[in-house]
Amino acid sequence: MNREERLKRQEKIRNFSIIAHIDHGKSTLADRILEKTNALTAREMKDQLLDSMDLERERGITIKLNSVQLKYKAKDGEIYTFHLIDTPGHVDFTYEVSRSLAACEGAILVVDAAQGIEAQTLANVYLALDNDLEILPIINKIDLPSADPERVRNEIEEVIGLDASEAVLASAKAGIGIEEILEQVVEKVPAPVGDPNAPLKALIFDSLYDAYRGVVAYIRVVEGTVKVGDKIKMMATGKEFEVTEVGVFTPKSTPLPELSVGDVGFLTAAIKNVGDTRVGDTITSAKNGATEALPGYRKLNPMVYCGLYPIDSAKFNDLREALEKLELNDSALQFEPETSQALGFGFRCGFLGLLHMEIIQERIEREFKIDLITTAPSVIYDVIMTDGIEIKVDNPSNMPDPQKIDRVEEPYVKATMMAPNDYVGAIMELCQEKRGIFIDMQYMDETRVNIIYEIPLSEIVYDFFDQLKSNTKGYASFDYELIGYKPSKLVKMDILLNAEKVDALSFIVHRDFAYERGKVIVEKLKELIPRQQFEVPIQAAIGQKIVARSTIKAIRKNVLAKCYGGDISRKRKLLEKQKEGKKRMKQVGSVEVPQEAFMAVLKMDDNNSKK
Amino acid sequence: MIKAAYIHIPFCEHICHYCDFNKVFLKGQPVGDYLGSLEKEMEIALLETPTRHLDSIFIGGGTPTALNEQQLEKLCAIIKKQLPYDSSTEYTFEANPGDLTEEKLQLLYDAGVNRLSFGVQTFNDELLKRIGRVHRAKDVFHSVEAAKKIGFKNISIDLIYSLPGQTLKDFKETLETSFTLDIVHYSGYSLIIEPKTVFYNLMRKGKLPTPGEDVEAEMYALLMEQMDKHGFKQYEISNFAKTGYESRHNITYWDNEWYFGFGAGAHGYVNGMRRSNHGPLKKYMEPIANGQLPVLEEHKVTLEEQMEEEMFLGLRKRDGVSISRFKEKFGRDPINLFEDQIVQLAGKELIAVCEDQIKLTRQGRFLGNEVFQSFIG
Repeated sequence: MNREERLKRQEKIRNFSIIAHIDHGKSTLADRILEKTNALTAREMKDQLLDSMDLERERGITIKLNSVQLKYKAKDGEIYTFHLIDTPGHVDFTYEVSRSLAACEGAILVVDAAQGIEAQTLANVYLALDNDLEILPIINKIDLPSADPERVRNEIEEVIGLDASEAVLASAKAGIGIEEILEQVVEKVPAPVGDPNAPLKALIFDSLYDAYRGVVAYIRVVEGTVKVGDKIKMMATGKEFEVTEVGVFTPKSTPLPELSVGDVGFLTAAIKNVGDTRVGDTITSAKNGATEALPGYRKLNPMVYCGLYPIDSAKFNDLREALEKLELNDSALQFEPETSQALGFGFRCGFLGLLHMEIIQERIEREFKIDLITTAPSVIYDVIMTDGIEIKVDNPSNMPDPQKIDRVEEPYVKATMMAPNDYVGAIMELCQEKRGIFIDMQYMDETRVNIIYEIPLSEIVYDFFDQLKSNTKGYASFDYELIGYKPSKLVKMDILLNAEKVDALSFIVHRDFAYERGKVIVEKLKELIPRQQFEVPIQAAIGQKIVARSTIKAIRKNVLAKCYGGDISRKRKLLEKQKEGKKRMKQVGSVEVPQEAFMAVLKMDDNNSKK
Repeated sequence: MIKAAYIHIPFCEHICHYCDFNKVFLKGQPVGDYLGSLEKEMEIALLETPTRHLDSIFIGGGTPTALNEQQLEKLCAIIKKQLPYDSSTEYTFEANPGDLTEEKLQLLYDAGVNRLSFGVQTFNDELLKRIGRVHRAKDVFHSVEAAKKIGFKNISIDLIYSLPGQTLKDFKETLETSFTLDIVHYSGYSLIIEPKTVFYNLMRKGKLPTPGEDVEAEMYALLMEQMDKHGFKQYEISNFAKTGYESRHNITYWDNEWYFGFGAGAHGYVNGMRRSNHGPLKKYMEPIANGQLPVLEEHKVTLEEQMEEEMFLGLRKRDGVSISRFKEKFGRDPINLFEDQIVQLAGKELIAVCEDQIKLTRQGRFLGNEVFQSFIG
C-alpha cells in the first residue's frame, strides 16, 4: 500500500469508546453494535461479549480492556472500519480509561433515561473532553416506564454543557436506535489524522500475557506504520524488540500485514514481561524513531496495600507463582515478600484500589486454589521522624515508635458525590464521620446535588462506597482522585490475642477516634473468632496502653449428641465440615483465627451505623 | 456376620418441629404396600447377605406406633418370617407416648418385642406444645404404666435438652420427673437445628430463642450428674442405663459393626458398604418391585476410613476404643497409627489412655467433636 492508499483508507476509519455509569447499559449497547455489524454469527454471540473474564461477568464490570474491529456499511453506501474500544467501568481504573479514550477520536456517552447523569458519568466525560473526543450523547433505556428522556436531555446540556439536541433515544436492550447511533459515529466522529509516512507512534492502551506469544500489546497507531519484522522501541523504558505479529480483533485475533494510522489492534514482539508494555507508553521505530512520545503517560502507582498470606504456609511458593502469573497481565499489581510474626511468610501487595484488591484476591483463591488471609488494607503514610528523615509506611505494623515520630502525613482524595438533594444530609454526615473536609456543593438542577469533600484515602478504602450506597438507598454515585498528603494525628493501634501482639491486626487510626474504634474492634473480633478450648482475652492497645478489652469465652460444648439413627456417613460429613472450617483458620500463637477476623477493621463501621 | 437390623417406618400423624428424619403424614399413604415392600427388601437383602441370628432389631421412625393394629400385626409377622431372631434378641419398638393402646402393647409383646423406647422429649407441657409434640406429660405415665402391666421390663425414654425457651430449671424438673418412672434406660439428646425443619426456618428468621452454648453445657452436666446419682451409667455420650440394660442396638453403631437398614430412607452398613435407601415412598418401592435393593447411595468404606470410624465412633462409648480389639480387627496398633492426635488430645486432657482403652475424659465428652475430628483424615 502506498501513502495515498493509506490516507484514503484512513478516511473511512472511526475509532470510539462507549462511556457510561455502571449499569447504564454499556455492555448491552456494545453487544448490539457487534450484532448490527455482523461481527459475530449467532452461535458466537454470547451476552456481553466484551467482558471476557468470568469474574467480570459475575460482577458486571469490565476489568481488562478489549478492542474490536467492525465493518459497517453506512447509508451513504460506503463501508467504514470501526474500532470499538471498551473501557473499564470503575474508579480504580481511571488511568486505563483515560488511555483507552486517548486511542479514540470519539465517544458514545450512554446516559440512563431514568437515572440521568451520575458522578462516574461526569468523571468519564471529563476524561473524554481532556482527550479532545467528539462526544455523542445517547439516552438509553427509553423503554423503561420511569424513563424521562427530556429531563435527561436537559441535564446533559446543563450539567455537562454538551449539545444534546441530536442525542439518540435508544434502548440497547430492545434494539431501538442502534442504527442511528452507528450513522452518527460515521458522521460525527472525525477520521484519524496522522501521516502514515511519519516515524511510528503507537499508543499502548492495554496488554495481556499469552503463554505462546508473549505479551500482546493493544495499540493505536497514531503516526506511521508497523509491520512484522520491524524493530521497535518502547519510549518510556527504552527496551527494543522485533515485531513478530500485528493484527486486529474481529473480535477473533486476526493477523494483518501491517497496521497504519488510525488502526487499533495488537502487536506481539516476543516480549516476556508485561512491565515492558506499560499502558500509556509510546511504541516507535528503533531506528529513526519519533523524538517525542505521545502525551499522557504516567507510571501507575498503587494506592492501597495489604498483606496476602497463604493459610497453609506450605503454599507460600504457590502464592508467589500465582502473583507472578497475575502480574504478567496486570502491570499495576505490585508485590514483595514480607514476614509477619502472626501469619508467617506472605507478600505485601499494592493495588489501584479496593476493587482491584478484591479481584486479585478472588482470582488467587479461585484460579490458583490457594486459601488466603488478607490483612486489612492500608494506604502509604509519610512519616517524618524527629531526626528529619522521612519514611514511607505501607504496613501498619511497621509504624515506628511514637517517640521517634515528628509527624505523620496521609493521602487525601477529592471525593465527588452526586445524589438527589434528599440525601445531602446523609452524605455530609457520612463524610464528616470519615474525617472529610467540606469543599463545595452545587445544585446540578432542582433536585440533584454535587457534593465535594476532601477525605483521607484510608477512610475511602474501607467501606466508604458501600456505606454511601446504603445511606442513600443506592442513589448516590461517587468518584475520587488523589490530591496529595496532609498531616494527621494518627496512631498505631495494636491488637493482642491471649496477651500476644498480633502484628497482622495492627492498624492506623486517628487519635480522636482511637478509643471508640478500639472498643468496636475488640467486640467485633469477639464475634468473629470462635470460642477456643480456653478463654482468650482480646485487647486493643496504643503503645503500652490498653484502650479496650473483651474476652472470648472458652468453648463449653461441641459434641454430636443427637439421635442420628444409623446414619454414620452423615456424622462423618458433619465432622469433616467442622474440620474443614478449622482449616480455613490460621493458628496465631495458640489461638485459631478465621480469615474474616483479619478484615475486622473494615467491618467496624457496620457496628457504628447500626447504632 | 450381620447381627443387627434397623427398620424404618416413615409415617407420622404429626410432624415435630425439629425432626429431619424421613417421614410423611400417615393419612392416605399406601401403608399396606409399604409393608409389602419392606418384606421383599428383607428377602432380597438376606438372600444377598444371609445371617443366622440377629442380636438386635430396632423399629424406628417416623412413628412406628402410628400404624393401626392390623398394620402392626402385619409388620411383626413380616419380621418374624424374614428375620432370624429369638427371645435372646433385643427387639425394640420406638413409641409415641399415648399411641400404644393395650391391644397394641399386647400384640407387640406377643410378637417378641421386649424393649420400648418412648419419645418423651420433655415433661413440660408448654415446651411439648412448642416443639410440635401432641402428647402431654401425663400420657407418658399412662403409657409406661400400661407397658409394664403387659410385661415390658426394658423401657427407655428419649429426652431432648436445649429446646427453644427451655431453662436449666425446666430441664432439672424434667429429669426429676423422669426418675419417678422406674425404668432402666434414658437417652438424652441435645437439640440440633437441622435444615428442612420448622425450627430451622424460625432460626433463620431469628425467631428461635435457643438457650445457647453455655446453658446447653450446663444442661449436659446436669444430665450426667443426675443420671449418675440415680444409678444410671453413661455408656455413651447420650445414653444412660442400669447395668445390663445398655442398648445392644446403640452399641452396634458405636462398635462400628455392620447392620441392615430396611425401609425408606434407612441407612445400613452391609458387607463393608455404607448404604442409604431412597427416601420417597415411590422411589423406595419401585426398585423392590423389580427385585432390586432400593439403594440410593452406596459407599465402600476404605480400610483407612474404617479405622477412623472405629475411633470416632468407639470414643463415644464410656469404655472408649479397645486397643486389643482394634489390633485384632485391623492388624495395626491405634497408639502408633494415631500417635500425634493421641498425644495432643491427651495433652489437652480430652482423652485418656489406660490399659486397653482409649477414651474420652469428662471434659472430652463435652468437646467430643474436637476429638473426633482429629481422627478424620
